[in-house]
Amino acid sequence: MTVSVPTSVAEAVSLLAAAPDSLVLAGGTDLMVEVNAGHRSLDRVIAVDRIEELRDWSISADRRSLTIGSGVPYSLVMDGPIAELVPALAQASRTVGSPQIRHVGTIGGNLGTCSPAGDTLPVLAALDAQIHLRSVSGGRTVSFSHFMTGVKRNSRQPDELITGVTLPVLPGWQGYSKVGVRNAMVIATASSCLAVDESTRSVRVALGSVGPVIIRCTDAEDWVVGQIDWERRAVDDGVVAEFGQRCGVAARPIDDHRSTAAYRRRAIEVLSARQLRRAFPNG
Amino acid sequence: MADSGVATRQRPGRIGDSVVRPDGREKVRGEFRFSSDLPVEGALWGATLRSVHPHARIKRLDVTPAWKIPGVEAIITADDVPGKSTYGLIFADQPVFASEVVRYVGEPLAAVAADHPETCRKALEAIIVEYELLDPLTDPERAVDGSHPPIHPDGNVIRHQRVLCGDPDATGPVVVEGFYEMGMQDQAFLGLEAALALPDPGGAGVELHVATQAMHEDLHQIAACLGLPEDKVRLILAGVGGAFGGREDLSLQVHTCLLALRTGRPVRVHYGREESFLGHIHRHPARMWMRHHATADGRIIKIEARFVLDGGAYASTSSAVLVNAVTHTQGPYVCENAVVDGWSVRTNNPPCGAMRGFGVVQACFAHEGQMDKLAAACGLSAVEIRLRNAMRTGDRLITGQVVENVAPVERCIRETDALPLPDEPIGGFGDDPMRLPGGAGLTADRGHIRRGIGWGVAIKNMMYSEGFDDYSTARCSLADGVATLKFATAEVGQGFVTIAQQIARTLLGVDDVQLDRIDTTIGSAGSTSASRQTWMSGGAVDMACRRVRERLFEHVGRMWSVDPIRLVVDGDSVVDSSDSSRRISVADATAGQRFEETAEYHHPPTEPLDENGQGDCHTAFAFVAHRAVVDVDPELGLVKVIQVATAQDIGVALNPLSVVGQLEGGIAQGLGLAVMEEIVMQDGKIRNPSFTDYLLPTFLDMPPVVASLIEEPDPRAPLGAKGIGEPPCISVTPAIVAAIRDAIGKDLSRVPVRPQDICL
Ligand SMILES: Cc1cc2nc3c(=O)[nH]c(=O)nc-3n(C[C@H](O)[C@H](O)[C@H](O)COP(=O)(O)OP(=O)(O)OC[C@H]3O[C@@H](n4cnc5c(N)ncnc54)[C@H](O)[C@@H]3O)c2cc1C
Repeated sequence: MTVSVPTSVAEAVSLLAAAPDSLVLAGGTDLMVEVNAGHRSLDRVIAVDRIEELRDWSISADRRSLTIGSGVPYSLVMDGPIAELVPALAQASRTVGSPQIRHVGTIGGNLGTCSPAGDTLPVLAALDAQIHLRSVSGGRTVSFSHFMTGVKRNSRQPDELITGVTLPVLPGWQGYSKVGVRNAMVIATASSCLAVDESTRSVRVALGSVGPVIIRCTDAEDWVVGQIDWERRAVDDGVVAEFGQRCGVAARPIDDHRSTAAYRRRAIEVLSARQLRRAFPNG
Repeated sequence: MADSGVATRQRPGRIGDSVVRPDGREKVRGEFRFSSDLPVEGALWGATLRSVHPHARIKRLDVTPAWKIPGVEAIITADDVPGKSTYGLIFADQPVFASEVVRYVGEPLAAVAADHPETCRKALEAIIVEYELLDPLTDPERAVDGSHPPIHPDGNVIRHQRVLCGDPDATGPVVVEGFYEMGMQDQAFLGLEAALALPDPGGAGVELHVATQAMHEDLHQIAACLGLPEDKVRLILAGVGGAFGGREDLSLQVHTCLLALRTGRPVRVHYGREESFLGHIHRHPARMWMRHHATADGRIIKIEARFVLDGGAYASTSSAVLVNAVTHTQGPYVCENAVVDGWSVRTNNPPCGAMRGFGVVQACFAHEGQMDKLAAACGLSAVEIRLRNAMRTGDRLITGQVVENVAPVERCIRETDALPLPDEPIGGFGDDPMRLPGGAGLTADRGHIRRGIGWGVAIKNMMYSEGFDDYSTARCSLADGVATLKFATAEVGQGFVTIAQQIARTLLGVDDVQLDRIDTTIGSAGSTSASRQTWMSGGAVDMACRRVRERLFEHVGRMWSVDPIRLVVDGDSVVDSSDSSRRISVADATAGQRFEETAEYHHPPTEPLDENGQGDCHTAFAFVAHRAVVDVDPELGLVKVIQVATAQDIGVALNPLSVVGQLEGGIAQGLGLAVMEEIVMQDGKIRNPSFTDYLLPTFLDMPPVVASLIEEPDPRAPLGAKGIGEPPCISVTPAIVAAIRDAIGKDLSRVPVRPQDICL
């Protein structure tokens, strides 16, 4: 077993280029679980947690977008300035694991694993986040919807490092809700992110744990914008209920040992209806 | 608990004090050596090959490819078991290694020893097993109705037991009935199974360091399977990280010893979490039906009941668990007529056996559901219906046995009722989302939540039943002012080591009480289960210490030429009660002396049930009440338990801190069963063998507990104290479920209650 500990992205990508079968190790909170379970072996490891540039974040000059390094841990996203700029991402980060996990687990790792239950992923999907990848041959950026391709599958090439994500800073309510059987430290059985963009008068909804990938509810999104009284920030109860149902229809849940498809669909209906009501509190 | 031998209680560390555990500091600091932390140079690693099918004939088991892997030192299968090929706590029906058929997923087929865990893993992968799949029996009802061919030579019914009492035709104006179901709970102790075996030269014997619950029960079974005399097998208790019944049966013991004897080298075996789920027994899943007949004012006239407990592939303690279930049908209530039928059956599911509450957890969930139905039918409150039916000392159970213990059922209920309800509103006083069901998931606002209150009351037997003489042995020696205690009582976290020291300090007036190594070089202490060790091993330590004290008084009496009957222990000294100026410190009195006594404590004999379930089968009883307050999100089915209030009949608080620890821990375990803990089975396979998916309550799920300790010393208990380990986890489960029903106005008949049970 060899472990490399690069301190720059350039060094990391050249190590990856030399041995694309290497495992990238960030916080290790997914990777080590897989190693312990015997699903992966640690022949070559590139530990990226010493790369300062990955642990940084910045806001664009026009203050309309935020770029977060892949090595930023949840504990940094949860409160402080990032939480004010993208509250839904902060809320999602707060639901991850326990304080220990949030201290070392990273957004890059959540993207690297790409589980449908990854808690930041519905937020990245709802906000149309751009994912930055780098290899020795250069960098590229893909939107989240092109990044996640299936259950624990993404379009990262073996020689690419995930360097960060860029998210819009939107005017309007946003939030992330997650259902699990335990009140914390639990894998989502269903989750939903709703984000309002008041500048374009649009609503975005993305669902987690109810399909092989994160699901955007485009039908519900398109329908609801016409039902909202944008001046009064109001929607009717009937609209709230129908919105929930439309989001439920978009879900593609399955029965498994964690829950049932019927429950997951119901949870989506309830969560997205409640989120719409939070976004537009007036009836 | 009056003790004429002790004048005053002045010094700390005695009975009644909240003494901190002797191993507490080490455990908190992570310095305690659990069984997986034993240091040995040059030990080999052992690992177990397990069946992947619930029911199959083994057509071929070829280990030769594994021998080709460098580093492999031993491979053993059923052919290599020199002694008895099967073991079991009550019936020896479980093979050390499966030979012809496998009967559950996880059943051991072979074990290997090698230089490294990774070598073991490769060796296990290399072993070839060819199976012929057989139709698995996974529905326990098919074992009851006989529609599935026997999956074991002993048949598919492990035990059928009925209880017939009074008039089977009795009825009353009010009749309520219900079906109840309980899922499979795991003991989920944090310290995984681990053992280290050290062979004697020439294979003459073996020393096993193991985390277990019952040293001598292990010893008997291991020696028989190894084909060695019992004095050639020595067990030493290694640090135990919880047990809850899950270490009562053998798991890795025989395998580890065999590998060590075969290789002539120390061998250690450690299970991982997934293997632990496969490697130990679980709580019996149950299907239950009850019908209560009562007067219009809610007094129980007759109870009819049916229990089916899924015992899984091997008998373990299933027959005793069944007896507990059927004999606790009535709960802590008076009932003169009963018709109860119960089965514990064999299936191709994982074997089930002992877990905290041992059959009573199942019965209580059903009888408490019934009490609430009865209350509703009679227009009474949950408290009133229970008070009206509460049993007392001297009442006769449906088995015909008279409850001779202190039985403060009414007091348990009234004192629980008097404990304050939580004053915080739904969602708490501030804006902390963690105060709402769903917590950090931000699923609900205050307006979505409903609050409910529910009750549960329980009776629990203590010690073994049906004629078992589960005695306990202890030795005390006193020399140079230091007392030393020796026993084979497994300390699994319950705190007997603390209590034992307190007993010795109190009786002997010494501060320094040493605990000798817990091993099998002394007589049996029985199992650390059935809420029995404080009573049984406490009784033995008490007896041994009293005998030593008599010797001390005789010695001092001779020195002073006084009748030893006049002597008492006062503080750290022996004092003449007729002349208190005459005193000598215990240290001085025992300088150069050594007094040593061994005692065996036996409880009064019990008898087996007859075919109609009649007989004085239980040793003693304890009682408890729980009231739960829960907040529920009815649309999402999420639950947050807000408070649990409890009053428990404990006899005497020998160590109040330890009592509260047991109460809170038991409540956490009962809460887990109520709302989240379940081994999910599908076609004989465990779907969730990890802590990712087998959810245990965390700190954030645990509500504040308000407790009232009911101290009515039981004259039948050697220290006046009842066992306190099991009752806390029994009636809290039905109390929480009742509270959820109360919040949402919907009947719930299954635990754990899943979100979909509430909202769909
Ligand atoms: C107890 C526990 C609780 C958990 N709870 C949750 C939860 O509630 N919600 C949730 O979403 N997740 C949860 N997780 C999973 C995990 O914590 C998260 O997915 C986390 O974001 C992983 O980040 P990491 O830095 O630890 O990744 P690692 O484990 O280091 O890596 C994960 C994967 O991403 C790849 N990777 C990491 N960084 C990069 C990079 N820069 N470029 C390319 N590939 C990369 C790795 O190679 C690996 O395949 C939990 C895990 C544990 C152990």
